[in-house]
Amino acid sequence: MNEQQQTLWQFMAQQSDKLLTQTLQHIGLTFISLIIAVLVGLPLGILIARKRKLSGSILGVAGVLQTIPSIALLGFMIPLLGIGAKPAIVALLLYALLPIIRNTYTGITGVDGAVKEAAVAMGMSKRQVLFKVELPLAMPVILAGIRTATVINVGVATLASYIAAGGLGEFIFGGISLNNTNMILAGAIPAALLAILFDSLLSMLQHLNLKKLKVAAKVLPVLIIVMACFYFIPSAYGSKLTAGFTPEFMGRQDGNLGLRSKYGLKIHTIVISDAVMYKACFEKELDVISGYSTDGRLKAYDLVVLDDNKKIFPPYYAAPIVRDDALKKFPDLEKTLNMLSGKINDSVMTDLNYRTDYLHQSPERVAKDFLTAHNLYQPERGGNAGIVRIGSKIFGEQYILASMYTMLIKGYTDYDVATKTGLGGTKICFDALTNNQIDLYPEYTGTGLLAILQPQQKAIDALEGDRDKTYNYVKNEFENRYQIKWLQPIGFNNAYALMMRKKQAADLGVKTISDLKQYLERK
Amino acid sequence: MIKVDHLSKSFGKTKAVDHISFEVNEGENLILLGTSGCGKTTTLKMINRLIEPTAGKIFINGRDIMEQSPEALRRGIGYVLQNNGLFPHYTVAENIAIVPQLLKWDDKQIKHRVSELLEKLHLDKKYLNVYPNELSGGQQQRVGLARALVADPPVLLMDEPFAALDNVTRSKIHAEFKELDELKRKTIIMVTHDVQEAFELGDRICLMDKGRIIQNGTPAELLFKPANAFIKDFLKEQRLQLEFKAIKPPPPSEGGTFELQGVAFPADASLWFMLERLQFTKNENIAILDHERKKVGTLGFEELMSAFYQYKKHQPHE
Ligand SMILES: Nc1ncnc2c1ncn2[C@@H]1O[C@H](COP(=O)(O)OP(=O)(O)O)[C@@H](O)[C@H]1O
Ligand SMILES: [Mg+2]
Repeated sequence: MNEQQQTLWQFMAQQSDKLLTQTLQHIGLTFISLIIAVLVGLPLGILIARKRKLSGSILGVAGVLQTIPSIALLGFMIPLLGIGAKPAIVALLLYALLPIIRNTYTGITGVDGAVKEAAVAMGMSKRQVLFKVELPLAMPVILAGIRTATVINVGVATLASYIAAGGLGEFIFGGISLNNTNMILAGAIPAALLAILFDSLLSMLQHLNLKKLKVAAKVLPVLIIVMACFYFIPSAYGSKLTAGFTPEFMGRQDGNLGLRSKYGLKIHTIVISDAVMYKACFEKELDVISGYSTDGRLKAYDLVVLDDNKKIFPPYYAAPIVRDDALKKFPDLEKTLNMLSGKINDSVMTDLNYRTDYLHQSPERVAKDFLTAHNLYQPERGGNAGIVRIGSKIFGEQYILASMYTMLIKGYTDYDVATKTGLGGTKICFDALTNNQIDLYPEYTGTGLLAILQPQQKAIDALEGDRDKTYNYVKNEFENRYQIKWLQPIGFNNAYALMMRKKQAADLGVKTISDLKQYLERK
Repeated sequence: MIKVDHLSKSFGKTKAVDHISFEVNEGENLILLGTSGCGKTTTLKMINRLIEPTAGKIFINGRDIMEQSPEALRRGIGYVLQNNGLFPHYTVAENIAIVPQLLKWDDKQIKHRVSELLEKLHLDKKYLNVYPNELSGGQQQRVGLARALVADPPVLLMDEPFAALDNVTRSKIHAEFKELDELKRKTIIMVTHDVQEAFELGDRICLMDKGRIIQNGTPAELLFKPANAFIKDFLKEQRLQLEFKAIKPPPPSEGGTFELQGVAFPADASLWFMLERLQFTKNENIAILDHERKKVGTLGFEELMSAFYQYKKHQPHE
């Protein structure tokens, strides 16, 4: 525990630059959207307090918005607003609206009727009644709404990193995909602290007495605006081209770290989720992205892989990894899984991925078509000699492989199959395997090496990026450490790759990563 | 001063106010009396346009109130509510200063006027910077009254102003109310459902029922010349007390006054008022002074009682 804590502090100290940037971005995102939410929500709340007939429909719409899962809402935003700050702010704003509108409405309608009547009877205009009586008296309730909205926003803003808007989510989601607990905590702890801090500050404000509240009501907007400005401080730099890298890629030696140290590549970089990266590149919002060499979208969006001339991306040959005890329990399993070995090369895998990701064929159909074409498909035997549990990570290729294995097992053995697909990133999948919640899932040699085994740099260098050396190394280490067996590789190498639009790469004469560096350094 | 002409107000099918007409003279205190739901509040609120009438007209000083903007009209009319309607987020001083602020008086003038009113209404200066919820009910009602009086409006509308107070506080405020010089010059319309209060404070009473005025007259007229059985019935309870409140002793000669221990009584003081004062003094009678403040006679308990019998003897038999 002590060691864990120390390394967390070490990590945070080492990454303090990024941590500061992300924290400021996080605060900025939270408060920009909060300001807009107040500017929109307060007048709407006042409107429905005046015209009560509208209250049902407006509160209803705001309520429905709030129930949309955050990832989905961010997803809806991309076609409308692209990636980056704009869609993130709009999504956060939509979440913040309901508590602000609702509390403004409740606050104003809750003002004592006799007080309002007295105000009117003394000759106040509607405006004066609003500003001198209704709003001040509703203020504690309105503040409670703003407080709720702030806490919601701090939480949802962690998801902003999915669409390249920055914030502490970069660490959190980077850490999840990199199997790096310190990184997750370095994002999650500050995010939680921010939520607690803002909540208690606003709670103090809410319970101030009337006189101090008058002062606070004047200071608060200034403070919120200052916080909102934080967002713009970190992003005040640029370069000729913009790169979009996944949080995972950002933190890896065989990713952005290697690009910097081995190639000396300096490029304006934003962090973005894999889900939207290819499309953003296609739509010229990004110029360089960190993709996978077998991704179907490579074909769909007309992108080209830059040659890794200095070999920083280690091989990522896919193979099923299986618990030793499962192999014992299901004697026919190994033989069956190995039927796929050597059958799928890079271009075949890219094509299969293209079918699911772009043509939206179901993974089951793509798997069945492939097996049939290669004379591997056999109808289910309907056996019940035990259940094999197959896992997969949360992307298309893994679904296809899981489907193929399911069909092979059901067709050639008497075992039944339970699938647990969509298990998030490497960490979640691998933890499921070691905790005996699944028996197998398809893994990649590079991931096994760098994300799971995490050996010394010396040991990595000794493998020289060689396919067989890497495979043998992970195979032995997994057996020794985890009693997990790497079966034969399937054939394709789904390695990291830098990609650009074909046309732009041709125009700029960029074929290798070194070409890209030279282009960027030309004035 | 105020003329109400065939005024009606319907809420959907309920006729809250049904073709009523009355006039209030300058400086007069008119009471709208009646049971709950008879249309008193609705009538009152139409005078400062908190409610717009369905039909009929209201004139103040001969001018139709519809000709003015509602805000301007209201700033010239004081309004006191039963639940005082004080702003909970304003201090006592700020509450009283609301109308002067709206009228853009300068700060010095406002301060001076606020402390003057506090003194007249027997409120300690220490309450200036206190919030209403720290005051007793009686104090809150006094602040409400001060707020209505601050800009010295010629007209004052009061909706059950003392109904929420306990009996002791209420009779204390009644007494102050009658002696407050600020109020003597004002034209007041006060709503109440309390007959005793109406007889004590009113120069004239409009007795209302189901949105109509059943009788409009002085307390004595209502008591001794009731328009119908409804009025008689309405005034049945504690009638003796009402009679003492309605009957006045023969007035002093032109320019003269009644005084007790050097304190002058209101010119229209009732027998009840005088008897109440007398019971606190030992062996001293009320002095009758002429216009040169020469003592021309005295009124003691016996004289007041005989004035009561004299008056009663001249009334037609009930
Ligand atoms: N805003 C309103 N909407 C509907 N009916 C009302 C409204 N205000 C008053 N009324 C009705 O009008 C009648 C007179 O009310 P009100 O003037 O308040 O009576 P009072 O003050 O004499 O007790 C009552 O029957 C009451 O229910
Ligand atoms: Mg009423």
